[in-house]
Amino acid sequence: MTLRLSIPWREPRAPVLQRRHGRGGSKAVPAAAAGTSRQSGRARPREEVGLKRANFGDGPGLPTLLLLPQLLILLFFFFIPSLRALMQSVLLSDPFGTSVQFVWFENFRSLLASSDYRQSIAVTFWFTVAQNVLTLGSALVLAFATDRIVRGRSAYRTIILLPYAIAPAIAGILWAFLFNPAVGPLAQVLHGLGIAWDPNLNPTDALILVTLAASWKHICYDYIFLVVGLLAVPVSLMEAAAVDGAGPIRRFVSIALPMLGPTIFFLTVMNFIYGFFETFAIIDAVTKGGPAGATNILVYKVFVDGFVNLDLGSSAAQSVLLMSFALICTLLQFRYFDRKVNYGV
Amino acid sequence: MVERSPVLNMLCHAILIAGALTVCIPLYFAFVAGSLTVAEVQKVPLPWLPGSQFFDNLQLAWSKGNFSRTFANSVIVALGITAGKIAVSLLSAFAITYFRFRYRMLAFWLIFMSLMLPIEVRIVPTFEAVANAALPLQWLLDTLHVADLWRWISGHEVAIALEWNMVNTYPGLILPLIASATATFLFRQFFLTIPEELCEAARLDGASPLHFFWSILLPLSVPNMVALAIILFLFGWNQYLWPLLFTTDKDMATAVIALKGLIPRSDSEPAWNIAMSGALLTMLPPVLVVLLLQRWFIKGLVDSSK
Repeated sequence: MTLRLSIPWREPRAPVLQRRHGRGGSKAVPAAAAGTSRQSGRARPREEVGLKRANFGDGPGLPTLLLLPQLLILLFFFFIPSLRALMQSVLLSDPFGTSVQFVWFENFRSLLASSDYRQSIAVTFWFTVAQNVLTLGSALVLAFATDRIVRGRSAYRTIILLPYAIAPAIAGILWAFLFNPAVGPLAQVLHGLGIAWDPNLNPTDALILVTLAASWKHICYDYIFLVVGLLAVPVSLMEAAAVDGAGPIRRFVSIALPMLGPTIFFLTVMNFIYGFFETFAIIDAVTKGGPAGATNILVYKVFVDGFVNLDLGSSAAQSVLLMSFALICTLLQFRYFDRKVNYGV
Repeated sequence: MVERSPVLNMLCHAILIAGALTVCIPLYFAFVAGSLTVAEVQKVPLPWLPGSQFFDNLQLAWSKGNFSRTFANSVIVALGITAGKIAVSLLSAFAITYFRFRYRMLAFWLIFMSLMLPIEVRIVPTFEAVANAALPLQWLLDTLHVADLWRWISGHEVAIALEWNMVNTYPGLILPLIASATATFLFRQFFLTIPEELCEAARLDGASPLHFFWSILLPLSVPNMVALAIILFLFGWNQYLWPLLFTTDKDMATAVIALKGLIPRSDSEPAWNIAMSGALLTMLPPVLVVLLLQRWFIKGLVDSSK
């Protein structure tokens, strides 16, 4: 038996969907079939990637019109801003914008030399790694448990998915309250245990707090992908392993986990993207980067340097560095999307 | 399930209950705090059972957060992002899958590139772009020396200064968040799975491209549109960084931004009860969406990343 998950682009996230549609396959049109619907008398059109075999002719007028809104929006709010970030990163301007000077890579050099930036890198690293491990670990355990049980499955799933609906800022506020050293109920429990918990003063406590809040908000995301992924593991495999005497946990570790490999890889990349970029609201609502820069993650520093300190050159240089990181993540992601995973059994 | 193992099943239920509790505890304490008076909420230890002020606090939070205005803003922004992104994406996905034209692959790659950079990393230049959307045009005009050219042609001295400020406007809040191609790719993927025969038949019957789009493609896309709409609504409602930068006017703030104003800071009265009531109010619409439309929500979540 061959389970073939052949996956174009973004679809591997949707094994369930593929099953429903029954056609998850790659859409490359067989060469022999290409052009059969075209008028005769014309040269057979070359096969094109991502173009329907039955399409609407050659005129560029209508498709241009259809593409125009998207391309205009991208031009104004994506391409021009990105280009400007690139340009600003090699310029030095004073906060009032009266003088601008071309300084090559001076902004990058002073950035990498600054201890603040290095601290920010370290903080971001520990924050994202801790968040990643916590999120993925909990999601795996929960997904395993969900896959085992029958009764109450949808009720559990509903509750566990709830944080997805809650804004990161609100998740941050909820946790800030729970662990508020003056009034928070969980902080009081910690104080009762003799732990001097105060995220407003202690850098480690602050980092733990934002990590908890960020993970709490994101476990549901990993969880649902893993649950859906587990559904796609063929029952026959599991049964065969059970006949061979493998227990449930052994089966999970030796069969389900390897089959989930691509999903886990994808989720790891997504967790990094989440930790790097989307946790801004949590940081701003809970700690504002403090105390003493302990939670000043890179994206928050871009914001502070750009809008509070008005150091546009440095902020743009930071943006460019973050862009390269985002680019790497996206390429990793696409590598995964383009891969066709074959499980010959 | 292959074999019976009651012990493991119990353990699984225990794990899931622990997970559900982890989700619920912050929400429960938000509810408890939201039902106490200011004096009670500062007591140590905090009561673990709700008080009697819940509805009074809700009312107070509603008026303090200017929620009747900010909720309307949030609804407009979230729906605007949802409708705008779906409309724009449907059209461009239709164009790149169903038309053969010379720069098709160029358009495809231009759109594709926008997947690579989240808005957070280009925040400062994007802000400038929206603070004065005419800036790039101005830049173009300056670079091409259009003013000098005009003077040379007509002999008049001219200065071209363009300005189009979108701060504190709905388009300023909505448009930059539409500028990503995730939805376009979702629809592209979906269009590629639609049988070729449908389009062939439509063409045989003499349907124009737009007729085909409107009466065949659009109805077929409804499930995908619904699923995506839910995700985009949550995305729009929960926006933080963008509205924070873009709304200097309190009347243009979204609900999440208004809520931020309710959080007690160290120098103000610690009115956590009001802050928590406000948090519950603000999270209510997206939570309801997820609860009521769960099947669609899961489909949307798994289909698209945003």
